[in-house]
Amino acid sequence: MDLAIILALDVLNGTASLFLLCVGLAIIFGMMKIINLAHGEFVMLGAYATVIATNAGVDIWVSMIIVAPLFVGLVGLLIERCLIRFLYGRLVDSMLATWGLSLLLIGLVTTIYGNTMNGVPTPLGGFQVGEYRSSWYTLFLAGMAVSVMALVYALLRLTRFGLIARAVMHNPNMAATLGVNPDRVYMITFGIGAGLTGLAGGLLAPLSGITPVMGAAFIAKCFITVVGGGATIISGTLTASGLFGLINQLGAYLTTPVYGEVILFLSAIFLIRILPQGISGRFFKGMS
Amino acid sequence: MTDARNAGLQSILVLAAATGVALLPRHLDLFALMQVTLFAAMSVLALSLAFIWGFGGILSFGQTAFFGLGGYVYAIATINFGDSTNAILLAVVLPALFAAALGYFVFYGKVSDVYLGVITLTVTLILFNVVNSTAGEVYRIGIARLGGFNGIPSVPIFNMPFHPEIPLSPEASWWITGGTLIALYLLLRLILVSRFGRIAVAVRENETRAALLGYDTRLVKLGVFVIGGAIAGLGGALYVNWGAFVGPTIFSLSLSAEIIIWITVGGLGTLFGPIVGCFVIQFLVASIGSQQTFNSNLVLGAILVAFVLLLPKGVVPTFLLCLVQLRKDHRARPNTTAPKERAMQVN
Amino acid sequence: MSFTRRYFLRSTAAAASATALVSPVFIRNAFAAEPILVGSLHDQSGTMAASGSPMVDSLKLGVEEVNAAGGLLGRPLKLVHYDTQSNIQLYSQYAQQLSVRDKVAVIVGGITSASREAIRPTFDRFRTLYVYNTLYEGGVCDRNMFITGTTPAQTVAKLVPYAMSKGGKKVYIIAADYNYGQITAKWMQKYVKENGGETLSVDFFPLDVTNFGPTISKIQAARPDLILSALVGGNHVAFYRQWAAAGMKDRIQIASTTFGLFNEPATLSAAESDGIIGTFGYFEELTTPASTAYVDKLKKLSPGIPYISELAAATYEGFNLWVEGVKKANTIERLPVIEALETGIAFDGPSGKVVVDHKTHHVSRNTYLAVVKDRKWIVTETFPDAQPLDTAAVCDLVKNPNDNKQYEISL
Repeated sequence: MDLAIILALDVLNGTASLFLLCVGLAIIFGMMKIINLAHGEFVMLGAYATVIATNAGVDIWVSMIIVAPLFVGLVGLLIERCLIRFLYGRLVDSMLATWGLSLLLIGLVTTIYGNTMNGVPTPLGGFQVGEYRSSWYTLFLAGMAVSVMALVYALLRLTRFGLIARAVMHNPNMAATLGVNPDRVYMITFGIGAGLTGLAGGLLAPLSGITPVMGAAFIAKCFITVVGGGATIISGTLTASGLFGLINQLGAYLTTPVYGEVILFLSAIFLIRILPQGISGRFFKGMS
Repeated sequence: MTDARNAGLQSILVLAAATGVALLPRHLDLFALMQVTLFAAMSVLALSLAFIWGFGGILSFGQTAFFGLGGYVYAIATINFGDSTNAILLAVVLPALFAAALGYFVFYGKVSDVYLGVITLTVTLILFNVVNSTAGEVYRIGIARLGGFNGIPSVPIFNMPFHPEIPLSPEASWWITGGTLIALYLLLRLILVSRFGRIAVAVRENETRAALLGYDTRLVKLGVFVIGGAIAGLGGALYVNWGAFVGPTIFSLSLSAEIIIWITVGGLGTLFGPIVGCFVIQFLVASIGSQQTFNSNLVLGAILVAFVLLLPKGVVPTFLLCLVQLRKDHRARPNTTAPKERAMQVN
Repeated sequence: MSFTRRYFLRSTAAAASATALVSPVFIRNAFAAEPILVGSLHDQSGTMAASGSPMVDSLKLGVEEVNAAGGLLGRPLKLVHYDTQSNIQLYSQYAQQLSVRDKVAVIVGGITSASREAIRPTFDRFRTLYVYNTLYEGGVCDRNMFITGTTPAQTVAKLVPYAMSKGGKKVYIIAADYNYGQITAKWMQKYVKENGGETLSVDFFPLDVTNFGPTISKIQAARPDLILSALVGGNHVAFYRQWAAAGMKDRIQIASTTFGLFNEPATLSAAESDGIIGTFGYFEELTTPASTAYVDKLKKLSPGIPYISELAAATYEGFNLWVEGVKKANTIERLPVIEALETGIAFDGPSGKVVVDHKTHHVSRNTYLAVVKDRKWIVTETFPDAQPLDTAAVCDLVKNPNDNKQYEISL
């Protein structure tokens, strides 16, 4: 029984981290059809922002929840203005540019801060479940995932900006005819996506090794989850990260972490095969 | 430019390239020769994706799956046979079969474009994970140990057909690699002017329309994919012949991304461009590591970003457009260039 | 093709410098002579950069010192370094460049076993002497190369009994899923058994795993007394943080063969790392005069260096062993230098006396056991002259000089 609770917590933890890591990518990819290969580096920037702010004396909660997303969001806006805005509708060029961007960011951070970084300890400590121990931070992560989910849902469904954004994504020309400025909507959306990714980086900073190349570990898994999830950002990403988180964590527990990953990848392939066009098939029509 | 003149120009180019390959060893030192041998082997990989992506419209994020498989098949087979001749053959056949199986799974399941990219990427990641965890005595095929992350060192290089006691000299290796590259280029050109090639391009342009005209688009795409897989497999064997080594990083995400970069840099929708892109980027990466002033990632990243902003169409198409533009200014007869321009703007 | 203009220039220059040496007036002008090229292959960018950068700095220090002391055989040394960018293919490319085009006298470098195995055949083929300085799983038997890093018999054999005396007899092994981790895990199992313990489970992790939640649950379910870790790299640091976050740190002892190579004690908080046990061939905290002098010089040369671990110290020692070999052979020719090194040449380095072992081409050297306290290592035990017994059991280059493979332990 205790073991079952602990395993459930593991799955919750896996799902929550995967969701937090993916939601920013899902917004950028799902809404703007930009494959952001620098996604992992946005996570890295979030983690660095958190660590540097905390080491400079800022309260750790403030640096995780406010400094990290704000900083990466601003970086995202800057990048959108200088680079991404020239690439809308050019899927492959956007990949090339963001791959270059990811190398650039890694190089920049290495040049400034070196190859290793003093991390921040995990706050909150652990608790007891029967004979097992788990950390409060796991539950906090799950809570944050739920809040982010609610926030994004509210933003897209309940606000005027969300309405406009969805309209622009659906048909930019029509939206422009109605007096909307698609350029601005894209810019803000990219900034929000980057900010959420930065938040994920900040939240994972106390649990990770902080290096300039840490982002590489996330990109493939996030990409698979987002595409597997489909067009509807919240429900798609949530179901995919829930499914993949469950499969990965249970697979890792029951077999080995290696086969945990292999099983995850295999199930992703079969998921896509079973739902070839999926809910989101129409979404990608005409892109190549 | 008429088709006949175009074909004439191309045959002259191919002839010049063949002469170049034959004479190059006289003009280069041994290291430079080995380096261009590597670049040519990588160009074979570039060519395989250039074909299936540029002309079949299939964006595979995991072309390295076939490349790596070719490399591993060659290494394992040549260690077991003691002779490279059949090993090279196997390195073409097995990746082609694997491509056929994967392609059947994907195209006959009507998996759409971005999903296809994810599936190929995922297959590559699985291969990486599986091969990576094969360190240890138990993982062996015949007498060849798979070696896990360390890979298979000291793989025998190519030998004279059926004469394992005579390994190829670096010059002969270059002739084989460079010659294969040119031969494959010609082969793909022939395929493209054949009936099959024209249908493939039709499918890329509009799959529904091609299907309504009565073509089995699934079969066409499968054919293109299998050809690409076979070529990539051969590239893998050539690559292992160059370095006498194969390891799981051959399946890495960064190499998969790099091929896409070669093609984008060189120009999608051409066969020559990706070869240029491959040479340029490979040379760039190798040169960057010799300097100590800046972090290597920083330099390469900056170059790629600048490239996308300044040369969005790729090197070769931009160059051709410039030529066309010059000619246009000269003759002030804009109509003659229109079809060529349109042909290059596809995708 | 092999007789190029470059070769001609070099040989005439060498002849010229040889005649110059005859006349005492010219000796002071030794630096006008053609420099001896020392090749270096280390990752300064990408995933392995944290290991590679201090190694390059340490090698630079060695070269500068030799040049400041008047060079080698009257000629200055010149470092030819290529950044391999954590890319195995670039290792092969630069290895060819160093041995075929640059024609360096020796190559110092290679970090992961994969990189070493990729370049080793190239150096054998083009007859270029190779010095490898990373701690590794042991077993490489190749007359063309010398290995100065520690092997399991020098570290794991000392670590396991000590850790078992602190923790207990039931052991859980976690290791990185590549050759180093897998083979080291086998050695761990062997030593655990020899010391009367029991291995409960062995788990391997790909290098990109960042979430250790299921593993931590699994370890708790197995109830071990001791965890032996051979986790590698930045991502795996996450294990120690998540372990501490679950509040497990003071309940089960951890000992590691890799923790501390990349400055881990300083990047984690004291609460996460206190009490972890490690064994290496060198710690920056060693207070011997040789060690403190080396640390001062290296930190002066590259102030940004985060931590000086065995990787950097062994690189410095490996390079200096080669220098001693050249001095003894009085030439930079490959074979005479190998023969000179095989006579059992020694160098007093920052870690103590390092002696080349003819049979294995590895070294006997001091190893040290230390415990993390307050983000620093406290060295508690010294094992003088630890021998590479693991490799010596399978490799004998005195009897079979043409042997050329990596042996692996079988349990």
